[in-house]
Amino acid sequence: MGAYIVRRLWQMVPTMAGVIVMVFILFNWVGGDPATILAGKMSSAEQIANIRHQLGIDQPYYVQLWIFLKQIVSFDFGASWSTGESVAHILTTRIGPSLMVMLPMTILETLIAIALALGIAFLRGSLADRAVMVACTAGMSISILVYMIVFQYWFAFKWGWFPVQGWGDSVGENLFRYAPLPILIGLAVSVAPTLRLFRTFVLDEVGQDYVRTARAKGVSERRLVWVHVLRNAAIPIITYVMANLPGLLIGVFLLENFFSVPGIGREVIQAVDRSDFPVVKAATVYVAALTMIFNLLADLLYKAADPRVQLQ
Amino acid sequence: MIVSTLPQSPGLWLLAWRRLRADRLAMFSLAVVAAFLMLISLSATGLIAADWDREVGVNYAPPSFAGPDAQSTANDAAKDDTAVPENPLDPLNDVLRELRAQRGDAAASAPEDYGIVDPIGPEINQLRAQLAKEGRGTAAVRATTLPFGADKWGHDIVKKTIKGSETSIVVGLVAAFLATLIGTLLGAFAGYFGRVVDDILNWVYSVFTAVPNLLLIMAVAAVLQHKGVATIVLILALTGWTGTFRLVRAEYIKHKSREYVMAADAIGASHWRRMFVHIFPNVSHVALVQMSILSVGFIKYEVILSFLGFGVPVGVVSWGSMLNEARNELILGRWWQLTAASIAMAVLVTAFSLFTDALRDALDPKLK
Repeated sequence: MGAYIVRRLWQMVPTMAGVIVMVFILFNWVGGDPATILAGKMSSAEQIANIRHQLGIDQPYYVQLWIFLKQIVSFDFGASWSTGESVAHILTTRIGPSLMVMLPMTILETLIAIALALGIAFLRGSLADRAVMVACTAGMSISILVYMIVFQYWFAFKWGWFPVQGWGDSVGENLFRYAPLPILIGLAVSVAPTLRLFRTFVLDEVGQDYVRTARAKGVSERRLVWVHVLRNAAIPIITYVMANLPGLLIGVFLLENFFSVPGIGREVIQAVDRSDFPVVKAATVYVAALTMIFNLLADLLYKAADPRVQLQ
Repeated sequence: MIVSTLPQSPGLWLLAWRRLRADRLAMFSLAVVAAFLMLISLSATGLIAADWDREVGVNYAPPSFAGPDAQSTANDAAKDDTAVPENPLDPLNDVLRELRAQRGDAAASAPEDYGIVDPIGPEINQLRAQLAKEGRGTAAVRATTLPFGADKWGHDIVKKTIKGSETSIVVGLVAAFLATLIGTLLGAFAGYFGRVVDDILNWVYSVFTAVPNLLLIMAVAAVLQHKGVATIVLILALTGWTGTFRLVRAEYIKHKSREYVMAADAIGASHWRRMFVHIFPNVSHVALVQMSILSVGFIKYEVILSFLGFGVPVGVVSWGSMLNEARNELILGRWWQLTAASIAMAVLVTAFSLFTDALRDALDPKLK
């Protein structure tokens, strides 16, 4: 186990190096000269040269790459180009609101999808099964943007169930007042594809011999579903949920942006909008690292859920 | 002539087509997708909706079936008839008089001559005449209702939606084609050559998949400052090839040691020929299904990017930019642009997804 973790961490090194080089090439080479962006329209050659020196981009590329590496390791990306706030501070303060939207959404989504998948997989081919699948396909084809616009209009603006947008100071206020509408919209979009996927996981299990054996020895349907089948279907479900978590951090960015939730996603969008490279660079590198670590955690959980799995 | 008398055994594509034909839902969704493609090729060649940016209706003209906007027309009328004392220095005086004359206002008279020579007068008159000939400008009568309403500037929503569909679908299809091309080429190289080539390309793959897709798209969008339809296509293609790479690579690994490839080797076929003339037809169905899946995904991404303002440039209409405008219109009770863009997108995406599912089932019956 320990050896496995060490080996996996070791394997991450080349990938992480690749990500760093890719981000470096994108922003320091493809991205052109940031000094002209920074200095603004009315700037003298002297000012530009000054900024170039401050950013270190008058140095050769290998020195710049070394500076970038030092920044990543020390978690010090300097100040944001547009607001002057330190990038490290931006990332650490914005992750809270993101998690507050993302975690309840993921938990609810997984629970709802599991419950529905187990339910309809046992009613396979019935009217209820087909109705749910048709609803899923229809729900998936509507853009999340439409859900956001329509839900905000009716639920918040017209009927006043939720605040139209915004974010408060206390955890309770945020969680129970501001977060529910974005979470609801997130669920409306994400439950359908997740349910479709989980249904196939459950269907794979329902046809297995052990299900028939359990039935034959008189296990109740409820126990069969919740203990026997769920335990086995949990393995692919865990993998799927874990693999998707880091992506969700950015996946909720549309919701954050639309409802003015001060999270990572919104910060990235604004940074892209303002060509605020340090923020985008830092977010990309750390989210990539997070993704790899979560993939490792998924594999470890996989092992915990299914002792038959041999970690290679 | 024995060859011609032998019964022809149906190939992969014919069998797949027969399976697809038997699936009624698949044929229906194919018809819907084909209808959309027809529509956008007509609009791309300028046969329909070429004049989508003409201001044919009043601002926010409601759909015909909803009737004219009673409140706003009343407001307009009220505003007009509160006889504003004529200000001889008002630069808009002439225009106002002209408008009144159009409404049949008896009080309107020919613009008075103040005895000052207007230096650009003849040019303006010329322009007016030209505009009137083309049916544009102030002389054109604007409709109070349009078949599906009008947007902020009075553009016909039906035409605008068709034009928007063209942008969104073309971006999706072209980007999907490019992404599939990149994925297939790299996958073929990795799977066929193996060893170092495979290691390097797998490393590239792991780098690209380490960053969540949307974040990668945003990062590339941040760097490519030049906004344009080609830029979005490039961004989507460069970030979206990974899934195809994985699948095609696996297929090539499976196929490269098959007997027909060895036979091709024996008769002296080059690597290139073996890869793309011998093996590729046998894995092309994977690429086709991937392209279909990617098209749907990219259409959705384009809409999101354009909604955020990182997509199509100003002046180009897409479903995303329509939704962006519609966001503020809904508060004012103007629901038609939102409805038109949402329905067009939902219908296409549903049909395309259903068709993709059917295509996959038809091409790979073992999967079922």
